Amino acid sequence: MAITRGEVGYLARLARIALSDAELDHLAPQLDQIITAVAQVQEVAADQIPPTSHATGLTNVFRGDDPVPCLGAELALDQAPAVQDQRFKVPRILGEE
Amino acid sequence: MELVRMTAAELSAALSAGEVSAAEVTRAHLDRIAATDDRIHAFLHVAADAALAQAAEVDGKRATGEPLGPLAGVPVAVKDVFTTAGMPTTCGSRILDGWHPPYDATITSRLKQAGAVILGKTNMDEFAMGSSTENSAFGPSRNPWDLSKVPGGSSGGSAAAVAAYQAPLAIGTDTGGSIRQPAAVCGIVGTKPTYGGSSRYGVVAFASSLDTPGPLARTVLDAALLHEAMSGHDPMDSTSIDAPVPPVVAAARQADVSGMRIGVVAELSGEGYQPGVLTRFAEAVDVLASLGAKVTEVSCPHFRYALPAYYLIAPSECSSNLARFDAMRYGLRAGDDGTRDAEQVMALTREQGFGAEVKRRIILGTYALSSGYYDAYYGKAQQVRTLIIRDFEAAFAQADVLVSPATPTTAFGIGERADDPMAMYLADLCTIPSDLAGNAAISVPCGLAPDDGLPAGLQVMAPALADDRLYRVAAAAEAALTERWGQPLLGHARGLDA
Repeated sequence: MAITRGEVGYLARLARIALSDAELDHLAPQLDQIITAVAQVQEVAADQIPPTSHATGLTNVFRGDDPVPCLGAELALDQAPAVQDQRFKVPRILGEE
Repeated sequence: MELVRMTAAELSAALSAGEVSAAEVTRAHLDRIAATDDRIHAFLHVAADAALAQAAEVDGKRATGEPLGPLAGVPVAVKDVFTTAGMPTTCGSRILDGWHPPYDATITSRLKQAGAVILGKTNMDEFAMGSSTENSAFGPSRNPWDLSKVPGGSSGGSAAAVAAYQAPLAIGTDTGGSIRQPAAVCGIVGTKPTYGGSSRYGVVAFASSLDTPGPLARTVLDAALLHEAMSGHDPMDSTSIDAPVPPVVAAARQADVSGMRIGVVAELSGEGYQPGVLTRFAEAVDVLASLGAKVTEVSCPHFRYALPAYYLIAPSECSSNLARFDAMRYGLRAGDDGTRDAEQVMALTREQGFGAEVKRRIILGTYALSSGYYDAYYGKAQQVRTLIIRDFEAAFAQADVLVSPATPTTAFGIGERADDPMAMYLADLCTIPSDLAGNAAISVPCGLAPDDGLPAGLQVMAPALADDRLYRVAAAAEAALTERWGQPLLGHARGLDA
């Protein structure tokens, strides 16, 4: 077995997805099957082969440091789930004490 | 001729000759959508008022003699992954249901500037992950050839809209085959341009090193017209290539393969391929040979590892890209009742907002990138990517273009693979290598598979920035095959007749 139900639960927590037990039951065997299949890449003799992260061969690009108009506060906040005093209102991020 | 049956090139000519107005053309397509989309479900949003306003603007400019481009007044359908100011953008996901982006994607604004009339936003697999549109949170689209079949995906709504004569043109995105596969199974033309040839700015990211916007159309020339209008360097996209757009329209008009070296990829055939698809593919290769192309067989031994490498690289990138959906600044926020902290709200929102396939891929990517597994999975997949690029380099030393079937099978039934991820992933077997290598590829109809009467696609692949070669070959095949069929392949589609 490539991956256990417990490991899938741990990965879901890392990925901030509150999976239900029923979903875990369903997803874990599917992920096990997928990981077993994609592990085929390990068959390839690839010692000394450089990795490719990006196919274009471009290196980092820079633009001129020229001021241009940007999104105003009103537009930026327009689609926010909650707003207060021209700011994004978010749930608490620290403990109670 | 019925306006909705005309190609973009024909509409363009009729519009510039003053035989028809952009308003009439737009209204005809909106009427067609209204009459057929209850059965096709190609659109998530129809922008009737905005489209008619855009059409009126084009007609006004034409009346005053202002110079207009070839797409002025020609309708286009836009995959719901491109941001559109003033229209919703959902990516087929509940997490973005009702979201109105504050800005246009570069390609959206280029289309508007070209005078193309945006009819609306098309259905797609959630965040472009899938090959059937069944992963859309808003229900699947249906294949105009047979309403019980999928239209392919992820750009399935765009392909179905074009095949159902709801729009002459559509744009999609291709990460593992999401333009070519739906084009193939809907019997139309779809191109994945060279990576970096079309801007990703304002395209909601799935796998950033692979995502490539491109055109879908009913003819090769129409695809070339849209390809040219949407492409070119964009300073807002750091991976955009600063080079001229390859001469794709001229190549589509040239439609000449005499003396071209065409390599048939040995590994993209055989077991797992539907016999009827291979029959039509072999016939298309014979047609190209009869037109003067020199056909040889080439071997790309690492292509068999393309699918597993892709299903490590794409999920890894998606797990990182989709971290932005955190319920804080836009989109869905669930369970914020004052008792939960930000992390709990985030986890609950992502649980409720994402569908099963998106969750599978995020978790798979999180696994492949996690410490202890990174070298064995993600690192190895990146090395395979190098080997696939080298296979292409060796093959392109022997051939100007490579060819293969675009998909291993014709359209499958709705529901048939919906809960079998590995079976679904096989739909992209032939298309993934070009995404990993970042080169250019097209799918053009090559006939109806004799075993089920559904369309099959011929895939043509070319080196990066040689996109024009795709159009030369595809246009030549299209002309010869259409003559053999007696009419365009789509003339045989009967799904909407019942």
